[in-house]
Amino acid sequence: MSTTSSVPDAHEGARNDQAPAPAPRGPVARPGSRLLHRWVWLRLSLLLSAPLAWMVLIYVVALAALLITSLWSVDSLSSEIDRTWTLDNFRTLIENEVYRNVTVRTVGVALAVTVIDVAIALPIAFYMAKVASPRARRMLVVAVLTPLWASYLVKVFSWRVVLSEGGLAEWSGLGSPGYGLTAVVITQAYIWLPYVILPIFAALERVPDSLLEAAGDLGAPTSMVVRSIVMPLLVPGIVAGAIFSFSLTLGDYITVNIVGGANQMLGNLVFVNAGAANNLPLAAAIAMIPIVVMLVLLTAIRRTGALENI
Amino acid sequence: MHSEMHPEMRPDGSDAAGSTGSGKPAIRLRGLVKHFGDVAAVDGVDLDIADGEFFSMLGPSGSGKTTVLRLIAGFESATAGTVELGGLDVTKAAPFERDVHTVFQDYALFPHMSVLDNVAYGLRVRGVGKKQRRERARRALDTVQLGHLGSRRPTQLSGGQRQRVALARAIVLEPRVLLLDEPLGALDLKLREQMQVELKQLQRSLGITFVFVTHDQEEALTLSDRIAVFDAGRIQQLGSPREIYENPASAYVAGFVGTTNLFDADVSSRLLGVASEHAVRPERLRLSGAEDTEAARDGEIRLDAVVTETIYLGAGNRVHLRTDDGIELVALEQSTGTRHDADSAEHRGDHVTVRFSRADVVALA
Repeated sequence: MSTTSSVPDAHEGARNDQAPAPAPRGPVARPGSRLLHRWVWLRLSLLLSAPLAWMVLIYVVALAALLITSLWSVDSLSSEIDRTWTLDNFRTLIENEVYRNVTVRTVGVALAVTVIDVAIALPIAFYMAKVASPRARRMLVVAVLTPLWASYLVKVFSWRVVLSEGGLAEWSGLGSPGYGLTAVVITQAYIWLPYVILPIFAALERVPDSLLEAAGDLGAPTSMVVRSIVMPLLVPGIVAGAIFSFSLTLGDYITVNIVGGANQMLGNLVFVNAGAANNLPLAAAIAMIPIVVMLVLLTAIRRTGALENI
Repeated sequence: MHSEMHPEMRPDGSDAAGSTGSGKPAIRLRGLVKHFGDVAAVDGVDLDIADGEFFSMLGPSGSGKTTVLRLIAGFESATAGTVELGGLDVTKAAPFERDVHTVFQDYALFPHMSVLDNVAYGLRVRGVGKKQRRERARRALDTVQLGHLGSRRPTQLSGGQRQRVALARAIVLEPRVLLLDEPLGALDLKLREQMQVELKQLQRSLGITFVFVTHDQEEALTLSDRIAVFDAGRIQQLGSPREIYENPASAYVAGFVGTTNLFDADVSSRLLGVASEHAVRPERLRLSGAEDTEAARDGEIRLDAVVTETIYLGAGNRVHLRTDDGIELVALEQSTGTRHDADSAEHRGDHVTVRFSRADVVALA
């Protein structure tokens, strides 16, 4: 029974003296793995250090640089950046009517895009998650994702062609709104729609069918099931999708350049000041506006407790 | 008691007294068929379930029992056939139009509502005032001994507690029929046994019809007034637990409900002189030592066998045997002696004598 080998052998009965000695099994010396197994902090820091460094560099440092730049000014004669602290840029933003109007316009467009996208995404996501067969569901997910592979510029220029004078919109008899804010809202709503559908779809998929059946079983007609069960459980998904479409629209400046006619949004002001006007500090200050808007919005959403039931 | 519970609950305004007193079955299924694509999940089911009955639908997964339940609840629409509840044809009615309530296998509690709001949901849907519905919900929670947990969220409850909330949510509406879809499937054994007792007591005190779907034959045997054994979308046998167990109608039922010794036509003709399938329950076999040489008595079958395996079950032993002419048998021996007579148990390789009465052998269809 006992052999010279210290390695336990499960096939004791099959052991034969003529057979070659079995290759040593059991623990293999892997000092690195053992070290990692023992020291949890080492494991964690190895895992997280690269992404953390990236995050700090991209987000924190960039944001800090933006904030600092916005507190500088530009010498109007030499066009040199003057690195003395001043709140002049922000004073300009508040006192000059143009900036206020552009801010209101930008937030308005973002709001309209978000409302339209959520309204379109809800039935599509519901159909995908709860009605379609598994096969149709896969096809629909692909269909929703495919436009994301196409170039942003191609999509916007396509809309420009559709909305142009004598373009597809007019030709089809629907009539074209022409280039302007309506065209911006339509184009942006199209471009960001997948980002709204997907989180709502994901949230809906997590709602078990039995919950809907149980509500119906307890006597709730469909409208009541949607109102009292589906919508409350969807709030996190809707909020996530709305944050996507709202913040993405808030920062956009290309669409408005291509289909927006003479209108300007915050992004355009940043672009112009950082480029042609050569006033980087003012551009930085304008760039702070969408950030502040988003911070206020996120705080408000958190306050309502909408995200507590995730 | 029953007629007191329901007067205002008929959603369609039909008379409660007429349907309870006239002896109409609580549920009547006629020629029920349900196809999913090419698959016939339910393939012609006729069934009457009486008022106040504890009725079990027993079968392996895929046998159609859950689909029948979902057809009664209205979650699926029948391909053919009719569903009647209390004499009313509801085949085309939506779930919320039917006076039956379901306890789901995964409980299906609403995660964004408190336990009390979950239980009160059906009352809220019916427009019962806030104060009254809270009071009735609290009473229903008391019935399942969870009155103190009303303010919790479902996620903060254990599996057994969630099960009770699901029950309370259904019984608060005082339905005439409660449908239970493997309600104890997710509970551990001890809790399961406790909930079985509570379910039975609840059903008796409420006096309503329970339709209970399970794949656990022991559960079905202990709880039910009647059992329907399902296979391949059809009812294979319908009867009381005793009938199902003692007189299985087919080899399938005999094999699914409890363990059994199945004799095919060949073995039957050798043992009994009849060339058709027969079965005998393991507990009907009596074992004695090889020294027992007495010939078979009248109406008795005597076989010499060798023990191939003995499995200790706590309350007894399951002994696997092979007779001298190659028939495999299973016998169940209760521990009747004192605690220390372990040596009297059969060991592997022992020669034993097997006896059983011909009266205990059931002829299968």
